[in-house]
Amino acid sequence: MARALINVPPKAKRGEVIEIKTLISHTMETGFRPDNTGKPIPRDIITDFVCKYNGQEIFRAELFPAIAANPFLTFFTVATESGTLSFEWTGDSGFSATESVNISVE
Amino acid sequence: MSAKRTSRREFLKSAAAGAALLPLPAIAQGARGRVVVLGGGFGGGTCARFIKRIDPRITVTLVEANPTFVACPFSNGVIAGLRDIRAQEFGYDKFAGDQVVLSPGTAVDPQGRTVTLGNGSQLPYDRLVLSPGIDIRWDGLPGYTEAAAERMPHAWKAGEQTLLLRRQLEAMEDGGTVVISAPANPFRCPPGPYERASLIAYYLKTKKPKSKVIILDAKDAFSKQRLFQNAWRTLYPNLEWVSLSNGGKVTSVDVGEMTLVTDFGRHKAEVANVIPPQKAGRNAEIAGVADRTGWCPIDPATFESKLQPNVHVIGDASIAGAMPKSAFSANAQAKVCAAAVAKLIAGERPDEPRLINTCYSLVAPDYGISVEGVYRPADGQIKEIEGTGGVSALDAPNSTRALEATFANAWFNTITTEVFG
Repeated sequence: MARALINVPPKAKRGEVIEIKTLISHTMETGFRPDNTGKPIPRDIITDFVCKYNGQEIFRAELFPAIAANPFLTFFTVATESGTLSFEWTGDSGFSATESVNISVE
Repeated sequence: MSAKRTSRREFLKSAAAGAALLPLPAIAQGARGRVVVLGGGFGGGTCARFIKRIDPRITVTLVEANPTFVACPFSNGVIAGLRDIRAQEFGYDKFAGDQVVLSPGTAVDPQGRTVTLGNGSQLPYDRLVLSPGIDIRWDGLPGYTEAAAERMPHAWKAGEQTLLLRRQLEAMEDGGTVVISAPANPFRCPPGPYERASLIAYYLKTKKPKSKVIILDAKDAFSKQRLFQNAWRTLYPNLEWVSLSNGGKVTSVDVGEMTLVTDFGRHKAEVANVIPPQKAGRNAEIAGVADRTGWCPIDPATFESKLQPNVHVIGDASIAGAMPKSAFSANAQAKVCAAAVAKLIAGERPDEPRLINTCYSLVAPDYGISVEGVYRPADGQIKEIEGTGGVSALDAPNSTRALEATFANAWFNTITTEVFG
């Protein structure tokens, strides 16, 4: 399981715009680099990222080889209700990682 | 271009005619030419000496604002209580008396080729060498102001800041947390934050063993990384390194709360050492030789500025490609620059240089490690020559580490003697 960091404010007011930050450890190997013998190193990247708020998708990103190692994604949403934000990264060679955090909305 | 080949004699005649159109050079006064060196650290001090050594007919004036130079290399030893600050201090009394002017440079006129001094007088030059060192980017880290540096010292320019950090460590109670923030590249002394963390950890281990050290880093890799990390595993279990991909990048500081803020957390510190983003020193700014990066683009063979003619920039302030910003680099660049300046003043073509750098770091007083590199100009930059250089062996015995620590001391004594006499 890859190491992921999430920053979501633990508490927010209803209707407040909140910032969500995510960072996952991943080499993001482009597939264009040769190894010591000159053979290309196979591509190994995260291709998709999805964030759901109480099961409903609120943010999605497609990732490509030009994106640097350890992708750091930050985005905003409106705090509507208390519950869970879930995060999922998927990619080459069956890569998959999930995280979730709780938010309390008053 | 004429199709006829110019003979050597004709070429010399036209070159002489061309020279007559230039502003009156110092040759008219019987001297060979006039060089001003602005900034008397490892780069400037070396350059002034070597120009004179290469061609004693050149008039060389070293302009430096501070009567006492405080050396950064080994100043981590002062912070850890292993060394007195006086061992870091050097004066200019060993330079020839007429060679040094203790004054700030307040302005540079690259067109008129003059440097204005603190008292308003002007020093004319044929060539100017700048060795500006670094300044802190006070707009580079939210919350980190000059006032904040009095609570959270950077200690990245040796002197009062070094002593402040030392006093804070002495005053800290056993069990406290020291947080060091390391910046993204490029910055002065790439292994410096990690040597500092090591020596602070050494001090705490021997005097305040319940305390710990955390490095918050804006990078995922650093100089001599495996050597440092291997040593830390054995020597300092209370030292933690948080890399960029682990959320280590400090995005702001809260001085009131003594807290360093990252994208993913807040780190409260009893002692906070913030090594902030940096830029070329002020003398680079007044001469107009720094570009939008804050550093100074140079010709890799002569160190002549790409922005101002007849001005050379050496040391930490220069964009020296693969060469790290170190005292050794500044010293090597100064010698190359001195040779180039002497050739250019003589109207000759400078040689293609080779440059060497060695950086020693102390992980403990008797535990030294090093990195070496050999460099040359290639593709308009300074590049490392493949197959040269390297780092200390990963599996060396303690006796080798102890020997490298003595080499480190010898290096400091050698370079400071070469520069300051």
